[in-house]
Amino acid sequence: MVVVSKKIKSMADNMASYEMGKKNSLWADARRRFFKNKAAVISLIILSLIVIFAFSAQHLTKWSNEEIDWAILGDVATMGKPSLKSGHYFGADPLGRDLFARVAQGSQISLMVGIVGAAIAVLVGTLYGAIAGYFGGRIDSIMMRIVDILMSIPYMFVLILLLVVFGRSIFMLFVGLGLISWLDMSRIVRGQTMVLKNKEFVEAAIAGGSNHLTIITRHIIPNLLGIVIVYASLLVPLMILTESFISFLGLGVQEPNTSWGALISEGAGQVLYGTLWQLLFPLFFFVTALFSFFFIGDGLRDALDPKDR
Amino acid sequence: MKNITKIIVAGLVGSTFLVAPVLAPVLAAQVPAGVKLAADQTFTYRVLDEHSSVDPQIVEDVSGSELVRDLFEGLLNQNAAGELVPGVAKSWEASNGNKTYTFKLRKDAKWSNGDPVVAGDFVYAWQRLANPETASPYAWFMEIMSLENASEIVAGDKKPSELGVSAPDDYTLVVNLTAPLPYFAAMTTHASTFPSPQKVVEEFGSEWTKPGNIVSNGAYVLTEHVPSERSVRERNPMYWNDGETVINKVVALVINDENIALTRYLAGELDRTEVPAGQYPSLKKEYPNQAISFPKLCSYYYSFNVSDSGPEAFKDKRVRQALSYALDRNVVTEQVLKGGQFPAYTFTPGSTANFTIPDVAYAKMSQAERDAKAKELMASAGYGAENPLKFDLLYNTSEAHKKVATVAAQMWKQKLGAEVTLANQEWKVFLEVRGKQDFDLARGGWCGDYNEASTFLDLMTTPSGYNDGKYSNAEVDQLMSDAKTASDPSANYTRVEEIMADEMPIIPVYHYTGVYMMNEAIVGSWPVKNVEQNWYSRDLYKVAQ
Amino acid sequence: MFKFILKRLGVAIPTLLILIIFSFALMKLAPGGPFTSEKPLPPQVLANIEAKYGLDQPNYKQLTNYIVGIVTKGDFGPSFRYKDRSVNDIIAQGFPITLKYGIWSFILAVLVGVTLGIIAAVKHNSWIDYTAVGFSISAQVLPNFVMAPILVIIFTLWLNLLPGGGWNGGQWQYLVMPVIALATSYMASIARITRSSMLEVLNSNFIRTAKAKGLPNRVIIFKHALKPALLPVITYLGPTFVAMITGSVVIDMYFSTGGIGQMFVNAALNRDYSVIMGITILMGVLTVLFNLMVDVLYAWIDPKIRY
Repeated sequence: MVVVSKKIKSMADNMASYEMGKKNSLWADARRRFFKNKAAVISLIILSLIVIFAFSAQHLTKWSNEEIDWAILGDVATMGKPSLKSGHYFGADPLGRDLFARVAQGSQISLMVGIVGAAIAVLVGTLYGAIAGYFGGRIDSIMMRIVDILMSIPYMFVLILLLVVFGRSIFMLFVGLGLISWLDMSRIVRGQTMVLKNKEFVEAAIAGGSNHLTIITRHIIPNLLGIVIVYASLLVPLMILTESFISFLGLGVQEPNTSWGALISEGAGQVLYGTLWQLLFPLFFFVTALFSFFFIGDGLRDALDPKDR
Repeated sequence: MKNITKIIVAGLVGSTFLVAPVLAPVLAAQVPAGVKLAADQTFTYRVLDEHSSVDPQIVEDVSGSELVRDLFEGLLNQNAAGELVPGVAKSWEASNGNKTYTFKLRKDAKWSNGDPVVAGDFVYAWQRLANPETASPYAWFMEIMSLENASEIVAGDKKPSELGVSAPDDYTLVVNLTAPLPYFAAMTTHASTFPSPQKVVEEFGSEWTKPGNIVSNGAYVLTEHVPSERSVRERNPMYWNDGETVINKVVALVINDENIALTRYLAGELDRTEVPAGQYPSLKKEYPNQAISFPKLCSYYYSFNVSDSGPEAFKDKRVRQALSYALDRNVVTEQVLKGGQFPAYTFTPGSTANFTIPDVAYAKMSQAERDAKAKELMASAGYGAENPLKFDLLYNTSEAHKKVATVAAQMWKQKLGAEVTLANQEWKVFLEVRGKQDFDLARGGWCGDYNEASTFLDLMTTPSGYNDGKYSNAEVDQLMSDAKTASDPSANYTRVEEIMADEMPIIPVYHYTGVYMMNEAIVGSWPVKNVEQNWYSRDLYKVAQ
Repeated sequence: MFKFILKRLGVAIPTLLILIIFSFALMKLAPGGPFTSEKPLPPQVLANIEAKYGLDQPNYKQLTNYIVGIVTKGDFGPSFRYKDRSVNDIIAQGFPITLKYGIWSFILAVLVGVTLGIIAAVKHNSWIDYTAVGFSISAQVLPNFVMAPILVIIFTLWLNLLPGGGWNGGQWQYLVMPVIALATSYMASIARITRSSMLEVLNSNFIRTAKAKGLPNRVIIFKHALKPALLPVITYLGPTFVAMITGSVVIDMYFSTGGIGQMFVNAALNRDYSVIMGITILMGVLTVLFNLMVDVLYAWIDPKIRY
């Protein structure tokens, strides 16, 4: 059987936990279901730990993210290994800077980039796609052709121009990322909206006299959340990777600040020379964070799906 | 234009040194006696980027020039020590006070399609170089060569056929100049002056350089070209000196990432690749016969913007000196780059012909002494902990530049309390910004156009188009202008370097070295003494292992 | 449906025109030009070069000449940086390369991704689910600029099995590593979207009816659930295919394949205007076509969707 009997059990659990007078909205339901998902909860804890690390680890070490340890600069491969004694807990980067401090600072930037970029994509993309898919016809046509054009524009030029006009800053990085990231989301949302708008409950809402805005916000968007959240949780790693490519072009995070992407690409280039810690530490944080985002995304999707009881 | 004319003329006055038309013996691969050659004579090397063109009159980049030197041959060549040797021309004669040159061409030089190479081919090529329709980026070279009517032709005022070069018979080339140039002959080793096959160019137009169409007169013919992947050139049996050529096939692979290139070298796919910054010592230890480092004719420096748009602080000589003193060049060369580069306290590299690096005071101090002096200077200029010096350090995107800039910024921060913002920019943006004096301190790298000190020092003169910091000193201008007609300009050059060490318009950082991993089989024949690194595949050979 | 397709193709032309104008404007606004170089050219020489390439004319004229050239002669102009070649040459040589390894990557990513997604959805919340998801995520989180050098070290340096790069006409040895590196970037996304979408469909009423009717699992999955589940997946696949096809820059750079992705980045960095425009137009055409195909597929999958 495809439907696992666990469903019956959880339904029974739900009823058992129901108490008189206790507020039992859909969102409370969803929250309860989310916390039952072990993988999601563990991921949430891990992600919180990473966030705490990112913003407080600097206090644990005397090295800043930009200070060069002149004593080891000449021979990082032997003297820059991770060690508690030397104060370089994660070892040193090719320029003798403390990797622990750099990973901490890089985590700050990457997390912000990932979350802000994904947030912009979700907000803009969902609204845009839902409107296009719902109204259909000429509105849909125009809106989607605009998306086609924007998708084909070489975004490198947009970035270069932004850089020239606004100067180098993290803020511009987010703007640049936001500009590219909502396009795919809007197409996916539009597709789903077109399916949803033909469903009976929408017909019912129209028959009941709801206006378009109500229908879109109260009926369509909540039902899109599943796919939106999954895609958003895919976007976070994409944003982080895109950021490193942008920095590679000289347009993003500027030295001495760094990000996971920058640290990983530097470390990957050094693999041949035996300084594996330069790759493994930032990679570990990157992978762990991404896994967490994935599981949280899945957990949210499962929790919010009204049918998955 | 006249200024550049003087520059190049002066340069050749001091550079290669053949006055009389007696040339060194013809060379190709000079295999020492008793050396056993390898069975497979294929040379595979890595290039960073796709070349721009293999048309001799159009080529403008280093990897393109390497190809053109193998595919075509000009009147004269350079040997491994950079000296002039015969090419298509067997001999030449200057007359009319060095305003007329007559070249005698050999009779056995042939194009790869069997046609003989005649003087008319050079006439055609040189006219083509100046012709505005060709729109060659090196058209100005023809003007520097001072051929009659060159400038007018480039400007479109005269027809290309009026250029001061003619071929009275198939094996004689006569050149008429507008000014006496004692070293005109040395200029004919430049790729822009190589001949092109008129019939082929006219038949195929812009497609004439494609494998299959291309006809060339050098030791090799282009047989394959997959852009951004590889190019292959193979032995040209029609080449007049083919008997001395050892290498049969040369393959250039385009590999963008230097670490992957090194991996592929170690896997045996390449015979030559660049050593990534910082890796030379460990590679030298592990592969002592393959890792090599030799001086190159290039300098790395930081330019102060001393024009009106530059920061106030940089107009104070003490600030400039302080920053230069506080930079520990030994750390940069020995601990960051580690490629045997030479710490530089003056601009012109020591490997330049006929040049010795002058002694300047601050070069002789110890780093501790320099640091102390730097702190003093900064304090007297009014900068310190309460009033930190703030500026941007501009460099173009590259791992190596980033490392040097980061280290420099840290040194200035720790020793002088300066707050330096690192600004890396994409190449074209960097050039625009630097060219418009829209910077505080910018990285610069300069390779000599010819082997003589003026190619470097002329950058510091007021009219120089490459003087991005807009440094201007009347004495320097006068010295450099006098140097062009002086019989021995060394005193002028020394004085200019001394002025620069005092006024510090630039911070010299290091003089370049070529740092390569090279297959043991070929390392022996590599022209390590040629600081301009003009190498010819026909001079190389692979030894049996 | 046929009318719809025609209408979309008709709309494609103004779409492309707007794209061309917009990209052209952006391109010209960026600082630096194709002939900005470290050793700046003397003014007369620069003037001659600009005249030859038509850059001395006012921008709007350059644009119209360019468009006319494409429409009447199919000529996308000469490359400003690679003086021996035209844009047509560059695209004709680079595009088939990218297409070849792109298609193989796409097939690999879809096959593995969709399969894993279906398995994970069917065995929801079991260890099989977690393993499938975990595997695909591991493949994706390794960024391809980490995977590429490591693949080369393993397969070329240590095992001596595969060439470290190059294309050599596209023989299979040169395809393996680029295809793996490219496919893994998208495998996880495809798997997760498939899984999520499949889960939603499996919980819907008509599937419940099918189960109640006692249909065997295989029939339920493949005959009833798959089609509607694939809808969001296909939306994702459309732009994914275009992205893969127009080349992953990192793959081109690390494996020296000579594909379009790197051509484009180099053109942008060199301000090689005609190559930039040429590849942008190519991307535009592909995007329009693929989005159209995706929309047509929607209608086929969900009969209630009509345009």
